[in-house]
Amino acid sequence: MERARKGDWVQVHQVIFSPGERSPNIPEETKKVPLELRVKGWLAIPEAQVGEEAVIKTPAGRELEGRLVAVNPPFTHGFGKPVQELLEIGPELRALLREEGAK
Amino acid sequence: MKDMSYGAIMGRRNDIMKKAVGINYEEFSRGRFAFDYEEMMRKVGYTLDEIRSIQRETDVGETPLWEMKNLTRLARKLAPAGKGARIFIKDEAANPSGSFKARRASVSVYRAQQEGYKGVVSATSGNYGAAVASQAGKRNMDCIVVQEVFDSKGDGQPEILEKGRKCEAYGAEVLQLTVGPELFYTFLRVLEETGFFNASLYTPFGIAGVETLGYEVATELKEKEGRFPDKVLITHAGGGNLTGTARGLKKAGAENTEIVGVSVDLTGLHSASDYDFNRKSFTTGHTGFGVPFTTWPDRADVPLNAARSLRYMDRYLTVTQGQVFYATEALAQLEGLERGPAGNTSLAAALVLAGEMDRDEILVVQETEYTGAGKHPTAQLTFAREKGIEVRRGDPHEEKPGENVLIPRGPQDLFYKEMELDRLRKSYLKALQKQHPAPYSPEERDFLTEELKVDQEKLEELLKSI
Ligand SMILES: Cc1ncc(COP(=O)(O)O)c(C=O)c1O
Repeated sequence: MERARKGDWVQVHQVIFSPGERSPNIPEETKKVPLELRVKGWLAIPEAQVGEEAVIKTPAGRELEGRLVAVNPPFTHGFGKPVQELLEIGPELRALLREEGAK
Repeated sequence: MKDMSYGAIMGRRNDIMKKAVGINYEEFSRGRFAFDYEEMMRKVGYTLDEIRSIQRETDVGETPLWEMKNLTRLARKLAPAGKGARIFIKDEAANPSGSFKARRASVSVYRAQQEGYKGVVSATSGNYGAAVASQAGKRNMDCIVVQEVFDSKGDGQPEILEKGRKCEAYGAEVLQLTVGPELFYTFLRVLEETGFFNASLYTPFGIAGVETLGYEVATELKEKEGRFPDKVLITHAGGGNLTGTARGLKKAGAENTEIVGVSVDLTGLHSASDYDFNRKSFTTGHTGFGVPFTTWPDRADVPLNAARSLRYMDRYLTVTQGQVFYATEALAQLEGLERGPAGNTSLAAALVLAGEMDRDEILVVQETEYTGAGKHPTAQLTFAREKGIEVRRGDPHEEKPGENVLIPRGPQDLFYKEMELDRLRKSYLKALQKQHPAPYSPEERDFLTEELKVDQEKLEELLKSI
């Protein structure tokens, strides 16, 4: 299990509303799941293991509690894969503008 | 200890909001629902000159206005002989946080600092969070952004993950939530606990901040080309982009410029659905915001929304997701500009609309936004495929949001759908009648003619027809 020490950049998790507590006017599929919060900051207690309750200090200077879910969490978004259907567009458009009569 | 339950917080919402924006909205009320919009904009907002100097302090605005010569050639090639307006684009990506939202944030954060707040809070999954964080950084204030990011499986929409990263890069605390309108509860709670300023998208400050964009478009084009734009295309979600830009154009004297709102058509996807959330490739500038905010603006995080698009809109068009990806590719490949989804939404419509205009006319797409990881078409389409959405070249008329994304087979496939403004006006009136039944007093009628941009006769006809 990963362990974080005071000052490490970590992510904590809280359940704000469990399924039974959710707002009445929302779609069924949303009502069936909890409202969850994730937030990152620096661990503000001496140490904690992933899965344990922890306290963080956020960049806005607040102390927040939650279950430790990640230590130095990576950015998971990227550029994905090249998309064949898009790759074709450039050459097509350029050919079109190269044709005579394109003023 | 204070009661922090859902009911208790929502019960205190008016108080919390009042403290957090420092505006007494009741002052502008004129009866049951009518209020003095211009008085609110005048009293609470700033003059255009004041806004320009506030924005100069933090490097906002004065972005370049470029002519898209190759895209104009393309539009002309598709158009009937003699048709094809020149297409210009305002490169709003040049703002500090990469979008026009910096204009909006600059004034809010300035105001917060003037009023002595220690920090600012913003509830948005969009570029606005990054804009507020960036402006707060420049003024050395604390910033908290509340975002809707994940579905219940913990999968984040790539574009929102990117915007969250950007907020962090500018030093903000980012509260990342799963899908659901209770985000508003979390937001109010944070406002109450911190006493920070509500940097809402919908205050008069925010909207006044966008006026400079319309003003710049009008004055720069006049200077370069000797005329005001014939049409300005504005990507539309909550309506602040359109409202502020239209007001700015008018302030510059461009009274006859046609104001065209454009959104991505996401008909059929429910914005509060845990399932639908990750089945769309666009997180803003879409009908899921555009339609409800047009027909009932006062659903925002302030009592009176200063963004009221029906007051200014001459036309409202929609385009498909596939078409916006196509336009994004065209902009990169023909103009050497790699830019993000929001501006390219109006650009997709511009490629068609220009072909319907005369050659000596000018059409302006009033924004670009930055692009990058998560925002790029390859990121979105890879994500869509992982979710089982079909991606292929095909007739965009057959696109079904949540099921497929159809990339046009060629530029001749591009089209737009015209949303009937009268239908939106009727929805507005229906929603109003539910809360405030007719008959309406002469003052209320005057207010409604302004709200809906119609004359008394037309209002009467609309009221009769619902
Ligand atoms: C870059 C960009 N353009 C356009 C829009 C739409 O603006 P509005 O919500 O004011 O209609 C947004 C906001 O969501 C945006 O971030």
